[in-house]
Amino acid sequence: MTSPTTPPLTPPLTPPLTPPLTRTRPGRATTALRRTAAGVGNLWLLALVLVLWEVYGRVSESLFVPPISRILENFGDVWLGGPASQLFLSDLFWSEVTTSLSRFARGWGLAVVVGIACGVVLGRSPVIAQMYGPVVRFFAAIPNTVLLPIAVQIFGVASNMNVFLIFLGSVWVVMINTADGVAGVDPMWLRSARSLRVPRWVLYARVIVPAAAPQILAGLRVSLGIGLILMVISELYATTEGLGFQIVVAQSSFRYLDMWSAFVLIGLIGIVLNLAFGRIETRLLRWQRRTGLDAL
Amino acid sequence: MNVVVDRVRKSYGRGAEAREVLTETSLTVRSQEFVSIVGPSGCGKSTLLMMMAGLLKPSSGEIRLGDEPVTGPPAGLSVVFQDYSRSLFPWMSVRRNLTTALTASRLGKEEQRSRVEHALESVGLAGKGEMYPWQMSGGMQQRVAIARALVTEPTVMLMDEPFAAVDAQTRADLEDLVLRVRHEYDVTVAFVTHDIDESVYMADRIVVLAANPGRIAADLTVDLPRPRDQVETKLDARFAKLRSEVFRLVMRPDTPASA
Repeated sequence: MTSPTTPPLTPPLTPPLTPPLTRTRPGRATTALRRTAAGVGNLWLLALVLVLWEVYGRVSESLFVPPISRILENFGDVWLGGPASQLFLSDLFWSEVTTSLSRFARGWGLAVVVGIACGVVLGRSPVIAQMYGPVVRFFAAIPNTVLLPIAVQIFGVASNMNVFLIFLGSVWVVMINTADGVAGVDPMWLRSARSLRVPRWVLYARVIVPAAAPQILAGLRVSLGIGLILMVISELYATTEGLGFQIVVAQSSFRYLDMWSAFVLIGLIGIVLNLAFGRIETRLLRWQRRTGLDAL
Repeated sequence: MNVVVDRVRKSYGRGAEAREVLTETSLTVRSQEFVSIVGPSGCGKSTLLMMMAGLLKPSSGEIRLGDEPVTGPPAGLSVVFQDYSRSLFPWMSVRRNLTTALTASRLGKEEQRSRVEHALESVGLAGKGEMYPWQMSGGMQQRVAIARALVTEPTVMLMDEPFAAVDAQTRADLEDLVLRVRHEYDVTVAFVTHDIDESVYMADRIVVLAANPGRIAADLTVDLPRPRDQVETKLDARFAKLRSEVFRLVMRPDTPASA
């Protein structure tokens, strides 16, 4: 789904792996110990990369790749250091991050609403799915960044351009996943709902959408990544504020430390959003995990 | 309310490939009656029940609830399905499963609440409303399914092999539970099962179906005293006689009745 020209800005994040289901349940202490060990195990590679980065930065004295310690120092200067009332975050952080995230929230939020609504219609009606399926797949296949010049043409250099691009990039995967999930809802649940004579809106809101939630949420998770990428990409191209804009400005005025620390900030935002999403997903799908093998 | 099956026939497929599941069949389940429908697999007993529930259209003939023809799931009729894990909604708490069943009847909040409490109490799940189906055993889940059927205070309850998936002890408990709530809610019951003992133990009347194509083979009256008891009733000579009668009809339909 991501265009080949855009390298992912955040590494693909896997949710914290829960240990595979085992018949023998170890005690709490053992579990906690094992979890810590797994955490350390997951982090050592990151630590190694950071150390190598530091060494390379110091040895090469390259202007373009400063040592990570200096980047982090700069990160502290630029993005942190605000008063406690601002949660110790700087003014720049609040102005730029809120700008970018507000564009993201509007674009992605709209994509979620429109994607789920259209996906439900496509999933419920084979006729409509046949009519509009090719259109959806065509747009889903287009590398999203191609739409950037078009979006600038239509909206000009304004926040709406960014919002539009984020929306258009993430809506398709939500729609396709929702349609698949809705089309695959267990007919026994539908029969059960029919025999209860539930009104139509109850059928959709309380039965069909929740039953399709696993696939819908999988689509949302992918679209979250796409949305974040497009948030930054669209700000690199034509805008006057936002995180991507900070990177471009720093780069073109030879402030490489600033550039790198903005990069770090974007990565952290990606991690936080993904973790938050994972939490919500686990909570919403509790029912699904428990009806697996364990129920036998 | 009477449930009338009036010259109903059901076949799947069309033309040369059509397969007749149920030949023209007529049957009346009288008000307050408990009718078991028993038969070998493939005799169309579940098909017949689904048509009575308005979930399946007969190929010809008509189903009536009282005087009203059944064209879709009618008000005042509840169904308990065989597979509770696929009929209860696991993303809803027990209470929410029950209130969802009440959305069609447009009751006030207070009335809904008391109906739900009453139904849960009747099936022995008082205070379990906040649990989720996946936190419960199979027997408890089927109790929830029965409570969900009763919460609308139906006049007719249709049960499609409701205890096929639970163990023998739980099964006996649930059988007695159904016999109890049937009186509490004054409900007419049609009960599909493939368990011959169960069909005799539960019913006032047994409709035995035969397969290929599905048709009514016998319609027997059960003259066992009520209340039924898992030990006493099954010791009764009439129970043994009925049981072997039904067994012969289901398992060896070609042998003549013994004298």
